[in-house]
Amino acid sequence: MNFWAYLAKRFLHAIPVYIGISIVIFSLIHLIPGDPAQAVLGDAATPEAIQALREQWNLNEPLWEQFLIWFFNVLQGDFGRSLHTNQPVSEIIASRLPVTLTLTVSALVFSLLIALPVGIISAIKRNTLTDHVSRVIALLGISIPNFWLGLVFIIVFGVYLRWLPPGGFHFNKGFVPGVMSLILPAVSLGAFFAAISMRMVRSSMLEVMRKEYIETARAKGLAERWVIRSHAIKNAFIPVITVIGLQTGTLLAGAVLTETIFFMPGIGRELITAMAKRDFPIIQGLILFFATVYVGINILVDLSYAFLNPKIEYS
Amino acid sequence: MTTQDHAIAVVAADTQEPPPPRGQLRLFVDAFASNKLAVAGLVVFVLAILVALTADVISPYDPNAQDLAVRLMGPSAEHWLGTDQYGRDLLSRVIHGTQISLMVGIVSITIATLCGVTAGALSGYLGGFVDDIIMRCMDVLLAFPALILAIGILAVLGPSILNVVIVIAVVSTPQIARITRSAVLTQKEEEYVQAAIVIGLPMHVRLFKHVLLNCLAPITVQATLLVANAIIVETSLSFLGLGVRPPTPTWGTILFEGKDYILLGMWWMSVFPGIAIILAMLGLNLLGDGLRDALDPRIRGADA
Repeated sequence: MNFWAYLAKRFLHAIPVYIGISIVIFSLIHLIPGDPAQAVLGDAATPEAIQALREQWNLNEPLWEQFLIWFFNVLQGDFGRSLHTNQPVSEIIASRLPVTLTLTVSALVFSLLIALPVGIISAIKRNTLTDHVSRVIALLGISIPNFWLGLVFIIVFGVYLRWLPPGGFHFNKGFVPGVMSLILPAVSLGAFFAAISMRMVRSSMLEVMRKEYIETARAKGLAERWVIRSHAIKNAFIPVITVIGLQTGTLLAGAVLTETIFFMPGIGRELITAMAKRDFPIIQGLILFFATVYVGINILVDLSYAFLNPKIEYS
Repeated sequence: MTTQDHAIAVVAADTQEPPPPRGQLRLFVDAFASNKLAVAGLVVFVLAILVALTADVISPYDPNAQDLAVRLMGPSAEHWLGTDQYGRDLLSRVIHGTQISLMVGIVSITIATLCGVTAGALSGYLGGFVDDIIMRCMDVLLAFPALILAIGILAVLGPSILNVVIVIAVVSTPQIARITRSAVLTQKEEEYVQAAIVIGLPMHVRLFKHVLLNCLAPITVQATLLVANAIIVETSLSFLGLGVRPPTPTWGTILFEGKDYILLGMWWMSVFPGIAIILAMLGLNLLGDGLRDALDPRIRGADA
């Protein structure tokens, strides 16, 4: 099977999963006990308002028809409208997304800048003080919840030292204030990811360094730094990319907490605000959006994995 | 044999956890005991459980007793970790929080393990149509970031301890199912299974007594690490105000109640519950890593 056939197959495989995701998200409002419209609008709602919402959500139609209408709207990018502001959910997502993207990409870059060199050095200098120290820090990194790290950063750097703003997203005040407001959230969000990637890089490097071709490279007289640069690192990165790709989803989920703590107007904080107001179209739209991105990342990871490793059969 | 019989038998096989043959057990205990970090992890975890079990005895105050005269006080001789906005003793609340946070983590992962092992074992051993149906369902659940799916379900169920347990069990089940399935797939090709078929052992005996017993190692490791994850999910949800509700003390609700006071410089309500979380996480992560190294015969004996 060639690459394109594999690509097509991977997409076909994603279709039933995606339909399943849609059914789960569609079902959310129907799992609320009683009439969804009544439950969402509350006891104070007038019968007219409830009837209007029932019609807007097609609640008077059979369930399968409701699903199909909803699903085809979603496929066209129509997630419905906010119950409170009547703004289309797709517009809300589009306006909040740049913040979340800036945050998650910065966190990703920060964590890789730490994880790759530290992981490689830790593996090369195995069982030395450098290795032990970086492993202990990585262990701490995977044990500290990122939202708690955010709180501590606010206390230390925002409240006591006053070095960096304790919240907000200040790119509207210029580039420098924007970057300053991004440092604490990006570092606190990326810390866990840095730790888990570092552990992965280290163990993958150690695995590769035991391989025979490394011995061969050494035996033919190649300097150790070239053995590492041109043979070990390249091969060690294949499993690393898989793990890093799969963990990117946790960065997105973590952004919900980070944005809430740092008062950043991204889609994560929007989700929590919508939860407080029980604004179900927004909740459904955002969860579907998160899941779509997550599924997309998984496909990309699979493809890059197949692309990087010529030995992998596309099956 | 019906599917339900299978399910019951899997559950039975899992809860009894009959020990591996003696030689294997000895090897495992030796390998685990020689790993100092793993033993440290076990000690921390056992201590956390002891704190949870004796919370009523070792707490200096009633965790819900309000004393407005001492509200928002920093750490002192009377209140080691300080007090909150209602004058409640923070140490007592963190201790009682241990009880609920650990309980939520352990109960939810126990449920997830029972469901996940059942689903994964049936899927791996029966294959074909059953495998397709079960694994596609698990794929759907795995297609959401866990915290996001948890938030979505809680949007419907509403916040409560029971709902948090249900939600964490739901998002963790696919992880266990996947591990179990791949372990069963590997085991079922082994010669001892072929031998069991040849001597005419019935399928449920083969699956539950022989195959699953040999899959216990990866399942145990995964479950341990999932308990750590469950505690993080519980604290995250409660911190967002979507999980367990105040005044019930959990590490997450204490952080939730303390977060409004951070900008006023009252750090103790946010710092101390976090340290409790980190200790529990360290313990569970070290324990999980240690179990994995000790249970894996390929790594056993190598440096850990």
